Amino acid sequence: MAQNINVDISRTDEPNGKGEPAHRTRNTCPTCASHYREDEMVRNLRVCTNCGHHFPVTARERILQLVDDGSFAEIAAGLHSSDPLGFTDSRPYPERVDAAMRSTGLRDAAVVGAAAIGGTPVALAVMDFSFLGGSMGSVVGEKFARAADLALERRLPLVSVAASGGARMQEGVLALMQMAKTVASVDEMQEAGRPFISVLVHPTTGGVAASFAALGDVVIAEPGALLSFSGPRVVKQTTGESLPDDFGLSESNFRHGHVDLIVPRPELRDMVARVAAILAGGTPYRPPSLVGEIDPVGAIGRALAGARRRVTGVRPFRNGGPHVDD
Amino acid sequence: MSTTERERFGFFRRRGGERDAWHAVQLARHQDRPYTLDYLERICDDFIELHGDRAEGDDPAVVAGVGSFRGQSVAFVGHQKGRDLKQRTYRNFGMPSPEGYRKAMRVFSLAGRLGFPIVTLIDTPGAAPGVGAEQRGQSGAIARAQLTLMRVPVPVISCVIGEGSSGGALAIGVADRVLMQQNAVYTVISPEGCAAILWKDAGEAKRAAAALRPTAEACLALGVVDLIVSEPSGGAHRDHARAAELLGDAIQLELEVIAAVPPAQRRAGRRAKFRSMGAFQE
Ligand SMILES: [Zn+2]
Repeated sequence: MAQNINVDISRTDEPNGKGEPAHRTRNTCPTCASHYREDEMVRNLRVCTNCGHHFPVTARERILQLVDDGSFAEIAAGLHSSDPLGFTDSRPYPERVDAAMRSTGLRDAAVVGAAAIGGTPVALAVMDFSFLGGSMGSVVGEKFARAADLALERRLPLVSVAASGGARMQEGVLALMQMAKTVASVDEMQEAGRPFISVLVHPTTGGVAASFAALGDVVIAEPGALLSFSGPRVVKQTTGESLPDDFGLSESNFRHGHVDLIVPRPELRDMVARVAAILAGGTPYRPPSLVGEIDPVGAIGRALAGARRRVTGVRPFRNGGPHVDD
Repeated sequence: MSTTERERFGFFRRRGGERDAWHAVQLARHQDRPYTLDYLERICDDFIELHGDRAEGDDPAVVAGVGSFRGQSVAFVGHQKGRDLKQRTYRNFGMPSPEGYRKAMRVFSLAGRLGFPIVTLIDTPGAAPGVGAEQRGQSGAIARAQLTLMRVPVPVISCVIGEGSSGGALAIGVADRVLMQQNAVYTVISPEGCAAILWKDAGEAKRAAAALRPTAEACLALGVVDLIVSEPSGGAHRDHARAAELLGDAIQLELEVIAAVPPAQRRAGRRAKFRSMGAFQE
């Protein structure tokens, strides 16, 4: 019947995607075939400067992109998954986890800690799609809860960056319960009057899309990200419907009122900083680009905005959200 | 669980294995198994179904309303499947749309305001997939339904009465006490869906079912379920009246226990219950 929690995604540029070996395709734009050296990718925040395509970003690199230099202090780094069901498909679950640990250098699909963004201290939870499709099992659920605890203890805003195919099937019904667990943490944040900013990046689907990630006081999406409960293949197979070109994408979600802002990656840090500063009730954050300082990130952002306009006819509105040119 | 509860509702020896998991899946999906409305008409002295989410429409895959249950007013929300082809289609196979979850939230909030306990009955293969469902906010509806239940000040009892699959089930499954019928299943994904993804073959559903450990006794052992509710011999489909009596007794007992807890403590306990779920090493 319905395969609602699924990691199938029509894009092929995922770290775990099939097709050509990763080293050949990783830095080649799937949209316009531009190729980048690794140092260019890092400098461009893994956004194609030709067409504006957003490549996947690992949790560690995402943290470097978002937080003030040297401000990140990881917590709960030692958590790792057990195998509550003794689950085996073609491989035992612990072997899959070990392989993911080796290939990513992470212990699970989320990294959490304390950080400052544009001078505002925050609790931060960042997911990593390259670790078993960013699937949420017990460790991801617990890490999100610990990040919320940190926000509550220190009276900080919580910022999460979701990138996930959904619940981790190998942990069975316990993985499902992580949805409610993260919702319990959001409930505590709301009761305590602490703000929660949810950033959604490609892809955020299934159990993560339908739990904490949907519950931000402010929800920000990167452009072109698949943000849906059911993946496009499941919808097509189950219902036989023909899908609109923008099925489940950020832009469609924006149009239907499910996200507050669509923010291209080069502008994401500034936007999160501005939102966090206001929601935390502190001094407004003034991005360097607005006060006339040299800002390479902003410059790239403007270049990308131009590129995207050429390709799609859509340019980012200053305060997020797609703005169709006349 | 106390010894008396064990005696009253029965406790099941560990059986495990592929055949047992698949047997449970088949019983949970049995077309003669009682559905939400079958139970409500038997356990309530009166039940008034309410319709519509006050925004888009009414979702027949979710039944929500207020009833009189053994001397007290209770709000009920449950997934609803259909028995024949026409009814199955009308009920969308028990797969809710965002309107269904929003209708549920409306009734949860109503119960919270009026001080009625909430009872939810879970029986769905999952939330409806579809272009329209996504556009109308399926993810957000499922997330907010959980949040609404997490925070209501009144007692919440949830029982898995058939298939409890994925977030579409859990959306109405956040409760102070989670019950599960003896032959119900509770899973993160349907065995077919799991098989299609992990085995690349939906035909491996039996193996997937065994691996997912969806049975009531497995869920009890994992701490996801608090109590297993007995069914008539052979399964609930054999005797609807008896199945309803057993379910009604279990709900009444649980409501008595949980209603005695002060509201603030009950809410904190509900959060702590879900907070503690999971298995990891540190
Ligand atoms: Zn490109």
